Amino acid sequence: MSITKVTQHPTQNEGLIFERSQTGRVGYRLPKLDVEAANIDEIIPAELRRGDGLADVPEVSEVDVIRHFTRISTWNYSIDLGMYPLGSCTMKYNSRLNEKVARIGGYTNLHPLAPEEETQGALELMYRLQEDLAEITGLPGVSLQPAAGAQGEMTGVMLIRAFLDKRDGEASKDRRVMLIPESAHGTNPASAALAGFTVKAIRANEDGLTDMDHLRELCAEGGVAGLMLTNPNTVGIFETNIKEICETIHNAGGLVYMDGANMNALVGVARPGDMGVDVIHLNLHKTFSTPHGGGGPGCGPCCCTAELAEFLPVPRIEKTGERYHLNYDLPHSIGRVKAFFGNFGMMIRALSYIYTHGAEGLREATETAVLNARYVAAKLKDTYHMPFEADCMHEGIFSHKHQTASGVHTLDIAKRLIDYGFHPPTIYFPLVVEGAMLIEPTESVGRADLDAFVDAMKHIDREARETPELVLGAPHSTRIGRLDEATAARKPVLRWKPDMESLGKSA
Amino acid sequence: MSNIPENLKYSKDHEWVSVEGDVATIGITDYAQSSLGDVVYVDFPRAGDRFAIHEAFGSVESVKAVSEIFTPVGGEVVEVNEGLNDAPESVNNDPYGAGWMVKVKMDNPGEADAMMTSAEYEDYLSSNG
Repeated sequence: MSITKVTQHPTQNEGLIFERSQTGRVGYRLPKLDVEAANIDEIIPAELRRGDGLADVPEVSEVDVIRHFTRISTWNYSIDLGMYPLGSCTMKYNSRLNEKVARIGGYTNLHPLAPEEETQGALELMYRLQEDLAEITGLPGVSLQPAAGAQGEMTGVMLIRAFLDKRDGEASKDRRVMLIPESAHGTNPASAALAGFTVKAIRANEDGLTDMDHLRELCAEGGVAGLMLTNPNTVGIFETNIKEICETIHNAGGLVYMDGANMNALVGVARPGDMGVDVIHLNLHKTFSTPHGGGGPGCGPCCCTAELAEFLPVPRIEKTGERYHLNYDLPHSIGRVKAFFGNFGMMIRALSYIYTHGAEGLREATETAVLNARYVAAKLKDTYHMPFEADCMHEGIFSHKHQTASGVHTLDIAKRLIDYGFHPPTIYFPLVVEGAMLIEPTESVGRADLDAFVDAMKHIDREARETPELVLGAPHSTRIGRLDEATAARKPVLRWKPDMESLGKSA
Repeated sequence: MSNIPENLKYSKDHEWVSVEGDVATIGITDYAQSSLGDVVYVDFPRAGDRFAIHEAFGSVESVKAVSEIFTPVGGEVVEVNEGLNDAPESVNNDPYGAGWMVKVKMDNPGEADAMMTSAEYEDYLSSNG
């Protein structure tokens, strides 16, 4: 294993916490014992004691710990550091106001088992968020429980399954085909399979849209339970036939699930419910500006038609007069999908985002997201191959087709972008475009940042032709150079062990 | 240019088949491994599993993506290449040798006969590749 170090600066070459360990070092000093000493063998049962004298636990001082973690924290790229055009992920800015609101003591100190009469404020917040998401999607039934997009997606597909089982009874077993475009997110077929469906892939036409003839053909084959569609689709193009698509599925006896991954192109402008969609999930961590990952939880609410609402997870949050309460009594519900009420902290942030912007502001955010993506597309279309002619929505898809002649591929372009200070776009997704680069600037960047990004991409194209080795060897400005991703995946080293040479020393 | 051995049969999904009696050895072509990039994991069926023609019997995971592999012939899996668990790179380094994936006892050996010859596959690649 070899890792190329680019810089010798100590903060950029911090070792493992185990390597900072020095025998006898501690980060505390206990006061003098002022009670009678007890024998640990008498207090703690033998099976709960470790007998190795804490061997291999790092012995470090407080300042060691602080410097260690502060140093490695500077190795991250984050949304607070710069543009993060990761297509399909909507890496928009997470405002500090959301964080401030989420830290209000009345929320942070609330126990999830506190009785209804003491949690009216929290229930009201969830109820109001549900109302707003219903208005935004045009779908009145809402559950905030799912913890992430994929879980919201699975909840949506389970609603379809429950609906068909109730509607068709025994005959439902003959309706087990879920239609999914070949360009779909990989989680779609996984959710369908978990809910007991088999998947048939729908082809796209040369404009990147659902092939209507193929869709009708698949519907005619029978057994169609539903369709899982992303709109705008995963190549960033709006499915202009969406109403006809939904009608075709409904006429075949199925329901339409929309993957809400790309809702940032629609909020405040168009509503999936009005298009004929029966159920959708939203990613609060994409569209509604709550943080992605970093250990922070996501939130993937599921919104559905009134017809499907009786199947939503329990408890439902309801309002009678001025009182909010939890309803567990829904006999047709698919049951719980998450402990308590879901990730409440994300709901606070999302409602804060909605209230900060208001209806006008949400619409403006959507328009700006689309404008920014189209600006990048217009500036780059002569430099990078764009496989589809239609105007993109909130993200644009490019490929490496013009650069491969000099041996430079998508992966190399992505690595070189790091040297220009940008997080790379999503690469090699969707699979339907060879060497895909999916670029989603979001509304959080201004024109100067977009121009800098466009300039970087144009520079890289010139480098690909004039000095390809510069691009092939990138990145050059980071703490370590190009990683051997294949070996990392084939022979992963997942944890430190006492007898292993550290990564730093073997480099 | 891709390596396309003459003694094998080929599918449109870029699998190759080598036939001995009624047993077909199946792998992916040089073109397929080169498009996928570095293979890091191969997910197999188990010996004894049955698959219809064109059904997905496993998947290949590369640093770029996970792709399904479709069996070009129907039948029962009689052996899988366990060696790929430790050395998935064989799919890249030796796609027609150590990188073979499964052996299938064919229900209908005619299905292998109907596959493309090396010359036909070469034409297919140049028109679709």
